Amino acid sequence: MQPFTTLAAVAAPLMRDNVDTDAIIPSREIRSVAKTGLADGLFAGWRYLTPGGRDPDPDFVLNDRRYAQAQILVAGANFGCGSSREHAAWALAEYGFRAIVAPSFNPIFRNNCILNGMVPAVVASRHAEEIAAAASSGEPTLTVDLIAREIRRAGGATWPFAIDDEAREMLLEGLDAVALTLKQASRIHALREQDRAERPWVYLTDKKSGPFITPSVSE
Amino acid sequence: MSRTLFDKIWDRHLVSRIDDRTGLLLIDRVMLHERTGGVALKSVLAAGRSVMAPDQTFAVMDHIVDTRPGRTDQTLMPTGADFIRTTREAARAAGIRLFDLGDPNQGIVHVISPEMGIVLPGLTLVCPDSHTCSQGALGALAWGIGSTQAEHALATSTLRVEKPRAMRITIDGRLAPGVTAKDLALHLLGRFGVGGGKGCIVEYAGEAVRAMNIEARLTLCNMATEFAAFSAIIAPDQTTFDYLAGRSLAPKGEAWDRAVAHWTGLVSDADARFDVELSVDAAEVAPMVTWGSSPQQVVPLNGAVPDFDPAGRDTREAHARALAYMDLTPGQPLDGLPITGAFIGSCTNSRLSDLRRAAAVLQGRKVAAGVRAICVPGSTQVRLAAEAEGLDQVFLAAGFEWRESGCSMCFYAGGESFGPRERVISSTNRNFESRQGPETRTHLASPETVAASALAGAIADPRKAH
Repeated sequence: MQPFTTLAAVAAPLMRDNVDTDAIIPSREIRSVAKTGLADGLFAGWRYLTPGGRDPDPDFVLNDRRYAQAQILVAGANFGCGSSREHAAWALAEYGFRAIVAPSFNPIFRNNCILNGMVPAVVASRHAEEIAAAASSGEPTLTVDLIAREIRRAGGATWPFAIDDEAREMLLEGLDAVALTLKQASRIHALREQDRAERPWVYLTDKKSGPFITPSVSE
Repeated sequence: MSRTLFDKIWDRHLVSRIDDRTGLLLIDRVMLHERTGGVALKSVLAAGRSVMAPDQTFAVMDHIVDTRPGRTDQTLMPTGADFIRTTREAARAAGIRLFDLGDPNQGIVHVISPEMGIVLPGLTLVCPDSHTCSQGALGALAWGIGSTQAEHALATSTLRVEKPRAMRITIDGRLAPGVTAKDLALHLLGRFGVGGGKGCIVEYAGEAVRAMNIEARLTLCNMATEFAAFSAIIAPDQTTFDYLAGRSLAPKGEAWDRAVAHWTGLVSDADARFDVELSVDAAEVAPMVTWGSSPQQVVPLNGAVPDFDPAGRDTREAHARALAYMDLTPGQPLDGLPITGAFIGSCTNSRLSDLRRAAAVLQGRKVAAGVRAICVPGSTQVRLAAEAEGLDQVFLAAGFEWRESGCSMCFYAGGESFGPRERVISSTNRNFESRQGPETRTHLASPETVAASALAGAIADPRKAH
């Protein structure tokens, strides 16, 4: 995973509350078991004029040329609610978003953001409005600074955002879920060793790797 | 503080608490199959990581591999050979034990695991397959996971798990003669619906469960995923210990005695609290058969296709759609409905006792003209044991195909299938639209009901076939 420290990029305002994961990536846009191939389907129901079609709806923010290179999304409250499908986070990340700014997030979606290297930046509601207004201006570039936990406009305002320490560390270091768990490797090994003493039969490391004894299946 | 059986396993495996509801759990066994296992292993290795506990990780060819005699890596499913070879190479690279084609221990993952004592009471076991819940029959916490989670389990020997709610289903009394664990599983789905166990770890208890042998318990637990449960579990008892004694990976000697002493404590405390308690009278359970395209669309075999019930679990739309798909009308009796296909196999019902009961129905009789009947033993060991006692000859003489082991036609993966609009009676677990082939109509039932129906050329009550 690419580490995230600070990002200066175009911010796109999508100031609706309760944007759900079906809106982020409709079920019909999920065609394979892979984590990729989803960017085209991102916000398909809003982004395109017809279901399943690809004719852009000119009224949708991501079809505005100013936001063609957007990497920051500014959204309303409870972003990412609905189904727990991780495809929503995969689609946003594949499209190119690296940070989502909102007054609140669905907890499962928030977790999926972190696991996929995107910063879920929680800001006060009035700050979200101010940030969206800045993103709607002629110069929509903002800076998300994860080290300082703040969002800045060049030569202008600064807004603080909240993110917990573990998530911040994971994003700063570019850790995925496995890497995060492996930070607890010593605890895992300690529990395994304690358990091995108490339940030695669970651990098969002493077994020869030769052919197994043919088991009886009668009952 | 009193604890459930599940709590005891959870507590022992808890590495750390992630939040109020989520824990990082130690995983004792990871099982893989060729449909997703090769890719999961390759992803772990490609990330520069290794399998943390290769000695506790196993892979098997079962999902895609052909079951026709004389099979090779080539499969009827296009690209199937790629999955097989990828899994073989990845298993070798990762240093894990693979039960490959030709291995005497090859078979369906949930059949071979109990058979070899890979699953044991009190273990945590995961596999990227929804029917992993079957293995709870041995008193293990076993559940199906996604492919990304499998990578996590391989690389860390742990998983982040949201604690399920606790449900206990007590089956009082005894099942009547000729009524099986499959009928009970279908009865529960009909009564409580396909969402009946949602988000729960279901502990099956009661006299009827205690009276079941391990193979019947595996069948009962198998369909917990159709019940939307996190998984199912049955407290280990003397039946469990007797089943496991001498299995190749079960403990031996002094270790066995220690293990049994530990396993004996794996029961829910008398005053343990469950979030949901249900009970069923076993005497009420009859041979069951599904009529629709969901496992909850099920009736006693001597019943009829139901009218739409506004107070029932199906919406009017779902009821009508199932009728249309299955080409049935309300009021039509299930007994006597003509079939053209009969399938005995799958992780639900393909073990030696299943084949023995079906063979007892088939003994000395012939499958009706126009019925394609197939038996796929659950494992190579089951096949060899069945052949040693002549069951294969009973199936073959009756007109059944006798196959190599695998998941086979339980699901259609792009290869072999029953034909469009064929009506099939099947000992499997899912009657979804096109599950066994494009537009194939599946009726789920016990192996003996499948056998009796194959003989009659129509859905038939096995209790009348003798």
